[in-house]
Amino acid sequence: MKQRKAIALISGGLDSMLATKAILEQGIHVEGINFFTGFCVEGHTHAIRQQDQKKQKRNNALWVAEQLGIKLHIIDIVEEYKDVVINPKYGYGAHLNPCLDCKIFMVGQAKQWMDTNQFDFIITGEVIGQRPKSQRKSVLPIIAEESGAEDRLLRPLCALNLMPTLPEREGWVNRSKLFKFSGRNRKPQMALAESYGINKYAQPAGGCCFLTNEHYASKLQDLWTHRGTKEYELDDIVLLKIGRHLRPNDRFKLIIGREEGENNYLEGYCHRFTHLRSFSHTGPVALYDGDNGAEDLLLAAQIVARFGGGQFAETVCIEINTHVDEKRIVEVAPIKAENIAEHWYI
Amino acid sequence: MQPPLIQDMTLDARRLLCPLPVIRVQKAIQQLQTDDTLTVLATDPGVLYDIPAWCRIHGHTVLTIEQTKQEIHIKIRVNSLSL
Repeated sequence: MKQRKAIALISGGLDSMLATKAILEQGIHVEGINFFTGFCVEGHTHAIRQQDQKKQKRNNALWVAEQLGIKLHIIDIVEEYKDVVINPKYGYGAHLNPCLDCKIFMVGQAKQWMDTNQFDFIITGEVIGQRPKSQRKSVLPIIAEESGAEDRLLRPLCALNLMPTLPEREGWVNRSKLFKFSGRNRKPQMALAESYGINKYAQPAGGCCFLTNEHYASKLQDLWTHRGTKEYELDDIVLLKIGRHLRPNDRFKLIIGREEGENNYLEGYCHRFTHLRSFSHTGPVALYDGDNGAEDLLLAAQIVARFGGGQFAETVCIEINTHVDEKRIVEVAPIKAENIAEHWYI
Repeated sequence: MQPPLIQDMTLDARRLLCPLPVIRVQKAIQQLQTDDTLTVLATDPGVLYDIPAWCRIHGHTVLTIEQTKQEIHIKIRVNSLSL
């Protein structure tokens, strides 16, 4: 009998881990696939921030793959994914999360990988009703159809709520050993994990994608609004994860490091941005994104002074580097806290 | 017949945040042959877990890990290649 092969979408969470385990238990050869969109929560801020240096830094998808004893292929889809974020056919969720379009896209990418590598079907950890946008019963057929996976897409955790797929009909997979989970209750998954002897798994707080984060989404929306386009590069969306973002007016935005790790990271972007740093006191690195108007640069210097060691000094010397003129030092009074309007914070 | 030359490739993944260093390692190893080595230069401490984990599940060997205050250097020996 031919050894059947499945490719599993591995997010690093419990559901995809269980779905994969259920199929491995049936003697199917399974490999994992994980997509890097640039919006993944996975460790970026931990990697940068000094205060988080002691937190465990591991890629949960890799960890899951190792626990399951399968290979994992991590695919960079930053470029292809832009269209999903910019023009989602099914719109956004609560923030800028195009969850249904995202799922269709990722399953479609997995389908291509399956075809290229001569695998037989695709597994996901989807559970009917678990997520309001992308896991409603009515949208599951849309994902299967629009991704091109059609009935080669098997959802082991909720398969018994759905029509049999090709792997079930052909007997590659024993349908009676699949599951009938639905809804947001996590107890069935926890019980199944226990039955498999899985007692450690990642429990990401707030999902695995920054686009579901209200604060992050507001910064991305601000970027799009002030650029007049939704186009973005990887560096743009990584920078939205770092530092305080203040937009005092329509002409410029400041990204101010909050601690040493962020300052070090922002240093790497100084060659591309006008930037400011305190010359007379300790203080942050700040990237200035906008036109180099003299008044705006002075206001930026006052703000940067406010966030450094000289915040209560009468004056602070701030170095400004526009890459156009020589670096120059300006002496400014730090802006008073009450003069920083709430709405400047993005 | 001469045995094939062992190649030692260096991959600069400095300033890249995980999982990009792992993705670059995946691509680099596809260009190498069994017993070649790949030295990865990185700055994200996440590579200390992620690259050895990736190597373990794909059957490659981490030969050395050197860490200074600024950089991490990981040397990998390529074992037999599959997907």
